[in-house]
Amino acid sequence: MSASPEAAANGSNGVAPPLVEVRGLKKHFPIVKGLFGRTVGTVYAVDGVSFHIDPGETLGLVGESGCGKSTAGRTLLKLLEPTGGRILLNGKDITGHDAEQMLPYRRRMQMIYQDPYASLNPRMSAGEIVGEPLIIHRIAAGDERRDRVAALFERVGLRPEHMASYPHEFSGGQRQRIGIARALALSPELVVGDEPVSALDVSIQAQIINLLMDLQDELKLSYLFVAHDLAVVEHLSHRVAVMYLGRIVELTDKTSLFEMPLHPYSEALLAAVPIPKASARSRKRVILKGDVPSPINPPSGCHFHTRCLYAMARCRQEVPELREVVPGHFASCHLHDGGVKFPLGELVA
Amino acid sequence: MNQEVSLAEAAENPEVTPGENLLEIDDLRTHFFSKAGVVRAVDGVSYAVRSGETLGVVGESGCGKSVTALSILRLVANPPGRIVGGAIRLEGANLLDLSESEMETIRGNEISMIFQEPMTSLNPLMTVGRQISEAIALHQRLGPREAMEKAIEMLRRVSIPEPQRRAHAYPHQLSGGMRQRVMIAMALSCNPKVLIADEPTTALDVTIQAQILELMRELQEDFGTAIMLITHDMGVVAENADRVVVMYAGRKVEEASAKTLFENPGHPYTRGLLGSIPKLDVAARIDTHRHRLNEIKGIVPSLSHLPAGCTFAPRCEFATEACRTAYPPLIEHRPGHTIACWHADRLLAEAS
Repeated sequence: MSASPEAAANGSNGVAPPLVEVRGLKKHFPIVKGLFGRTVGTVYAVDGVSFHIDPGETLGLVGESGCGKSTAGRTLLKLLEPTGGRILLNGKDITGHDAEQMLPYRRRMQMIYQDPYASLNPRMSAGEIVGEPLIIHRIAAGDERRDRVAALFERVGLRPEHMASYPHEFSGGQRQRIGIARALALSPELVVGDEPVSALDVSIQAQIINLLMDLQDELKLSYLFVAHDLAVVEHLSHRVAVMYLGRIVELTDKTSLFEMPLHPYSEALLAAVPIPKASARSRKRVILKGDVPSPINPPSGCHFHTRCLYAMARCRQEVPELREVVPGHFASCHLHDGGVKFPLGELVA
Repeated sequence: MNQEVSLAEAAENPEVTPGENLLEIDDLRTHFFSKAGVVRAVDGVSYAVRSGETLGVVGESGCGKSVTALSILRLVANPPGRIVGGAIRLEGANLLDLSESEMETIRGNEISMIFQEPMTSLNPLMTVGRQISEAIALHQRLGPREAMEKAIEMLRRVSIPEPQRRAHAYPHQLSGGMRQRVMIAMALSCNPKVLIADEPTTALDVTIQAQILELMRELQEDFGTAIMLITHDMGVVAENADRVVVMYAGRKVEEASAKTLFENPGHPYTRGLLGSIPKLDVAARIDTHRHRLNEIKGIVPSLSHLPAGCTFAPRCEFATEACRTAYPPLIEHRPGHTIACWHADRLLAEAS
């Protein structure tokens, strides 16, 4: 049997290595107060997260606000210094690399942001924004750069004539296309999308989702798709990791997550998603009580026990490990300690 | 027009039989006058909210759904905005004929509104108990102590734990979900006939959204309030609305019962919207690489430079010369199912 949950979670039994892998990743933020910057507390934003992403694969990272999903994405790219754990790109440990050492790796990992209004420099033309990475990494200059940028514009569905226009002249969907073109300029292998479609209207959202999927097919990209909208995540992803207060509570392929949620939080999250169908009104479902607790003083034991319908005495004390409950299906819940329990409700019924 | 029914008479007969039109919006036109031209935010919209029902109003940003709501309460900033035509009738009386002070007795009392971001609509310098009790004292002429008691009772009704204690909390001390509960408590404290909820759960997490929507359903049963639920989220509409109005570029393009709208949508825009949303159950089972969403091409037109003819025609896969020439009339194709599309008959026939 596998030695550690990380190794098992990554399923790397001598087959092709994953493109990227994180093991026990932690990102804590100190809360400093007063003139002398005294540390008065810690935000456990990401607290021991392990996953991998294969070449050409999309891993969805889903959870509610404050669960640490965006921080996990940023720490993976080392836009934030990890507090603990390891980040491996093609098996090579990049956790301790400084900015200079990171430079060759930056080309391979890019990011798309949520807000297409805030993430583009308003003083640069769209062409300059998309071409800037080519300057920084000394990849192309002059006409060659121009041609490359024009090709990127076409690739994401923008007209090259608009290269001289400024961000405010574009609609929200078009701006998101500019952000995607910028991310693709360096031909990355991994793209982290942090809520890339959640600021867009639904008709535009569909255009961008289709574009992201086409680009993945064509360029064999790997995605870490960070989002709160479970339907969008399920649509785009191959596997999905559900986060709650800094930890992954369930990780499996998207169909298993929907058909057989093994963590009570995933079950509640699935039940809470409104379904746009006529039959949706009569749906029976679990409604979670209470709010998400603060990641500053997370509850003891299983972080979810304060809202869990099935919480037992031990859930208050013991942190459940993320275990492979069913082959390929990981969950961190004491309910499955004596073997897999599904449906979860059997226990309380 | 029903202007002979005065507001006073209506107030004397508050009993409205279920299903009767409580609030009618009739050919409403709200325009904004800017240097760049006239923005026709709401351009001839008519619909009615019936007693005891939830009417869903859906559409994307800029379709005019929120401006319609603000027009009902006469809260559109003037300048630049102005209601240039139409009528808004509450139990027959046209609100557009009322003076500002008469309007103040309507707002919060007869028609209440809750907004997307409760933090911006609550006073950060006042405890939530005082904010609610002020509204109660003002509209129901109660003393401060009685009003506060009623405020605490309302906090209990919206399932805020320890309402006595929470009444003394300031808005920033509450979570987003709790603030929205406070807004709902305040909105319902004077037992309004109509509650306008403008994207009430858009800023909330999905598990909290489920709580708030359930609360609204429960309170509707208890109070019998008619709800106008404005949202961009088709899932929220499907699970909460009895009837649905779909808006596009300042106009109503379709109206139907929720069941009909989701089973047999008639307008190409409605169909496009429904096709463009990933559905959880479908998304979970399809092959990630083979299923494209049915996107609507292009973008919403500028409201100051609307295309001639049907405003959706430039994005519509069914558009013909007729569509580019004249705007289609709203026609009731089946009982209760109204569509503004030259091709609606054909599309409905194909679907069934």
